Amino acid sequence: MVYTLCLLLFMIGLYGVLTQKNLIKIIIGLGIMEYAVNMLLIMIGYRHDGIVPILEAGMDVKKFMATAVDPLPQAMVLTAIVINVAVLALSIAVAMRLYQKYGTYDITEIRRLRG
Amino acid sequence: MNIDLHTLLPLAIAIPLGMGFILPLLGKKLTRLADTLATLATALLVCLSVLLLIGLHQAGKPQVYWFGGWSVTASGTVFGINLVLDGLSALMLVVVAVVSFAATLFSTRYMDRYTARGKYYSLFMLMITGMNGCILTGDMFNLYVFLEIAAVSSYALVAFGCERDELEASFKYLILGCVASTFVLLGVALLYAQYGALNMAQLGQRMSMVAPGRGSILALLLMLSGLGVKAALVPFHAWLPDAHPSAPAPISAMLSGVLIKAIGVYAIIRIVFNVYGFNDQLGMALMVLGTLSMVVGVVMALNQWDFKRLLAYHSISQIGYVILAIGLGTPLGILAGLFHLANHAIFKSLLFLSAGAVDYRTGTRQLEEMGGLAQRMPSTARSSMIASMSIAGVPPFNGFFSKLLIIIACVQAGRWGFALWAVIVSILTLASFMKVQKYAFYGQLKAKWAQVKDVPLIMRCSMALLALLCIAMSLLLIPGLKAVVLDSARDALVQGVDGYRTAVSALLGAGS
Amino acid sequence: MTGMTVIVKTITRWTAALIFLYGAYMVLYGHLSVGGGFAGGIILACSYVIMILAYGGKETIHALPKAIASRLDSVGALAFLLLAVFGMFVGGSFFSNWVRDIWRGEDFHVFSAGIIPLANIAIALKVCVSLFLIFFILASLRMPKKGDKIEFHAEEVD
Repeated sequence: MVYTLCLLLFMIGLYGVLTQKNLIKIIIGLGIMEYAVNMLLIMIGYRHDGIVPILEAGMDVKKFMATAVDPLPQAMVLTAIVINVAVLALSIAVAMRLYQKYGTYDITEIRRLRG
Repeated sequence: MNIDLHTLLPLAIAIPLGMGFILPLLGKKLTRLADTLATLATALLVCLSVLLLIGLHQAGKPQVYWFGGWSVTASGTVFGINLVLDGLSALMLVVVAVVSFAATLFSTRYMDRYTARGKYYSLFMLMITGMNGCILTGDMFNLYVFLEIAAVSSYALVAFGCERDELEASFKYLILGCVASTFVLLGVALLYAQYGALNMAQLGQRMSMVAPGRGSILALLLMLSGLGVKAALVPFHAWLPDAHPSAPAPISAMLSGVLIKAIGVYAIIRIVFNVYGFNDQLGMALMVLGTLSMVVGVVMALNQWDFKRLLAYHSISQIGYVILAIGLGTPLGILAGLFHLANHAIFKSLLFLSAGAVDYRTGTRQLEEMGGLAQRMPSTARSSMIASMSIAGVPPFNGFFSKLLIIIACVQAGRWGFALWAVIVSILTLASFMKVQKYAFYGQLKAKWAQVKDVPLIMRCSMALLALLCIAMSLLLIPGLKAVVLDSARDALVQGVDGYRTAVSALLGAGS
Repeated sequence: MTGMTVIVKTITRWTAALIFLYGAYMVLYGHLSVGGGFAGGIILACSYVIMILAYGGKETIHALPKAIASRLDSVGALAFLLLAVFGMFVGGSFFSNWVRDIWRGEDFHVFSAGIIPLANIAIALKVCVSLFLIFFILASLRMPKKGDKIEFHAEEVD
């Protein structure tokens, strides 16, 4: 059920990228897609009634491994967030430079390359 | 001193990564030092990759390197991230290293027209790191990370000149590339959810034990779409004709020559052959995509009058050849496809460098404005002619042999229709490049070009190096050399899922 | 990029150092609790970003000039790479935990777990400086207002 909601969010983001005309809105749609994938990844590691995967002093290791939530998707999501921040910064910089050159954020007017 | 071969593997990632962080420190004042260091680093990479290729042939079995000492436990659980060097990785490493060396030599003088040399080299080295990591890694999520490193560096490099065309092309490339990477991540996430493993060998083992479920088929479709955008296969090629011409010439050579292969084609074939296992439906899908790319690429290229845009469309077409040959699935087909991959890297990057040389001296990319440049730029014209004859498939250059092998492989597998398309596209490619040569280099010398000189010595040297390789790579079909380079690459794919798993670790053979 | 009102400036003066302290805590305790290099680095950058928002770019750039920031960026990344490469010589494989082999320390205390806190500090340095630079450069791009003539030549902000 929750996975379906995540995929629905992914579709909403994809719809945003495909149909919006404003450059900034396309970037926001891209951001929504990335949030959806990150949430899906974290949900995959969920375990019912699980505890945080941080081993504290005096905890029994076997009980810890039986009840802790899977930490590997969390590490994947951290890496994915870092990459997405870099891409977001680059895309905003390119969009701002495009505004400096063309005077508009509308993609229907930024179409010099054709053919 | 006896060094194990596998301890050299992380150097292929650490050297360009370190250079990528050192070079921007040199900044504006020490540009010549930055140039020298960058050239030395890529030369070192060429030596390292050739050493790895020869060492692999002598060792006889694939080399595996586990990061941090984490490895496979006795019960078969994989804890670490590994680098795997088999024949295919070694071949791709050599190709990437050679093309990046030539591009670095070229950019030491070409980038005089741009500022921020330190940042250019930093991005360039990061792109090489990403490609090397993508080629060597044995872990799915690590593949995604290195793919993103290379891709983000290339988005920034396409926009490097900050003119209007470059920014527009870069934005288009960025959005399409980012959506594609998100698809790839979603595919990796679905595979992890279903099988609980990220290591390619372990994933292949777990997938071969059950029939493919809907989750893994959806993951395959997502990953093929995402990687298809990176490889510029036809329904997903829309970014390439804008991005490759707008980038500075050495970056175009790198993008078209190695980036779409290292992060696109290589990732597709590694996932299809060594993780999922090859079957006929996948092969037919790849063949159809390949033929579509071949035909659409060459037909759109016939109409182009911008030199670099024409070359970009031809890139799409030639990648179609490679995917068609690999989609056949027979050993000869895979051999032909990999040989064409290596050849295309060499002659396409040479073509882009010569287009850049013409642009450097005349300031134009439009074929109608050029004419008769062979009289003023003889060295560039000679290199460009060699590359054009290679891509058109004229003997004795390397393009002829690889295209011939692809057509023979199609015929041997009984696919007459695809072979016919391959021949037609080859004839159209020849026509297109005869047009390029006539308009750009031969014909009447226009009055405004009467005073142009040839490009500086270093740029001529890098083009001559690649032209020499165009001729020398035909020799790779001699049985002795073929066994070292091409056969081990083909065997790495033909061995399929089981071979890859046992190559990585015998411990993975047990249950788990 | 001008500053904000007196109220905002006063509160920012009080809280920026606290935010920096919190970020440093997250970095240093990354191997014992949540956080680590990247998250802590972002919070460290936030303290500089709050100063830019409240005081304007011209004042904040004295706290961390652009040239020093570029150098620190590369130094942080190089430090991380050197930690990893030393593992090849000292410990046996790239990225192995060589510091822990030399000096173990007690578990569950701050000075333990070998290479992990050092790597966290290097990454936090790089992330903090990178995000500060990104924000500063994006905020100082001169955007054309309505009625400006659009120029067609490349401008280097660098």
